[in-house]
Amino acid sequence: MAQGCVFPFRMMVVRRAPDPATVTIDKPASAKASVLPGLTWLLACQSAGEVLARLTHVGLPGPVLGMLILLLLLRWDAVRAPVGAVAEALLAHLSLLFVPVGVGVMTHVPLIAQYGIQLVATLVLSTWVGLLVTALVFRAMLRQSDDRAAEAGTEP
Amino acid sequence: MNDFVQLWVYLSTTPLFGLTATLLAYLLAQAVYQSVGQAPWANPVLWTVLLLALVLTLSGTAYPTYFSGAQFIHFLLGPAVVALAWPLWQRRNELRQRAGPLLVAALAGGIAASGSAVLIGWSLGLPQDLLRSLAPKSVTAPVAMGIAEQLGGIPALAAVFAVLTGLIGAISAKYLFDLCGVASAPVRGFALGTASHGIGAARAMQVNADMGAYAGLALGIQVVLGAVLIPLVARLF
Repeated sequence: MAQGCVFPFRMMVVRRAPDPATVTIDKPASAKASVLPGLTWLLACQSAGEVLARLTHVGLPGPVLGMLILLLLLRWDAVRAPVGAVAEALLAHLSLLFVPVGVGVMTHVPLIAQYGIQLVATLVLSTWVGLLVTALVFRAMLRQSDDRAAEAGTEP
Repeated sequence: MNDFVQLWVYLSTTPLFGLTATLLAYLLAQAVYQSVGQAPWANPVLWTVLLLALVLTLSGTAYPTYFSGAQFIHFLLGPAVVALAWPLWQRRNELRQRAGPLLVAALAGGIAASGSAVLIGWSLGLPQDLLRSLAPKSVTAPVAMGIAEQLGGIPALAAVFAVLTGLIGAISAKYLFDLCGVASAPVRGFALGTASHGIGAARAMQVNADMGAYAGLALGIQVVLGAVLIPLVARLF
């Protein structure tokens, strides 16, 4: 298990190009820091989230509660430094993590073929509707709130 | 020859095969993706999946056998969701200022994506259990499965629809936004994370850090909204 988890990380760290936008803000103390403390924090937060989800029945998945817990903990430098390096490496290769589920689509090819055109049309059209509605509403709301901020004389 | 067959039979049944094949296929797809300047059609998830599906089909390897190795990568989805706290924390001030627009847009986009999927699917004559599996399609795959189960849909199908939705968004969003004149990186990122969850967010993170952070935020909000609201709304029908 540990072998399987550590292996992709090494490559992620090596392959990651420095990112100017994140280097300036809250840069982890050492980008070369070992991945183990950070990974342990992530897993500990996820475990705490899973426990909380089962105890409170809030209807939120464990990892999401774990994310909220980590968000609270990040105000401490002792958490921030190790988590930053690992989080960036992990998120840089987020695509990879969807591959196993993605390959699972092949086991449902007969069903997709059965409803072929209707299913594809539904998925494509609704995705476009979702993308456009979100983008247009967000843009309109941002303009409105930025205008209001400008009127009040504060930085938008 | 017989030795080779035996060796293959051994290799293809160990978890080592699924894990190694996934990483090799991904590195290859990633190299191609970089060499064509990260063009959306070269999406690394799409091509890795197609390549692996081809290898599994040609070698006659069953999906569960493959998954026994790939599960080590699949497992990291959980820690990756937790890790989303990092880009959020980095932009905490900006996000606090924009809390109102962010929430309204996430709600509107989530309702539009889920509602239009059910409506379009229904008008095209898709059966009930498929519609129920379609409803959570813009929530990230593991969470979508849980929601579909509550709705009386088919969890495995919900995961399939979520993955396809992610791919459709990641591949087509750039062209759609260019066509409709949506230029701002935060807006594009937030829309990608809302309508195409993790796969859309992964694409956004590769394009630029600003777009990625907003996509990660959208993904997080959508998980919360979807898990709470979709079962609630579905109870009305």
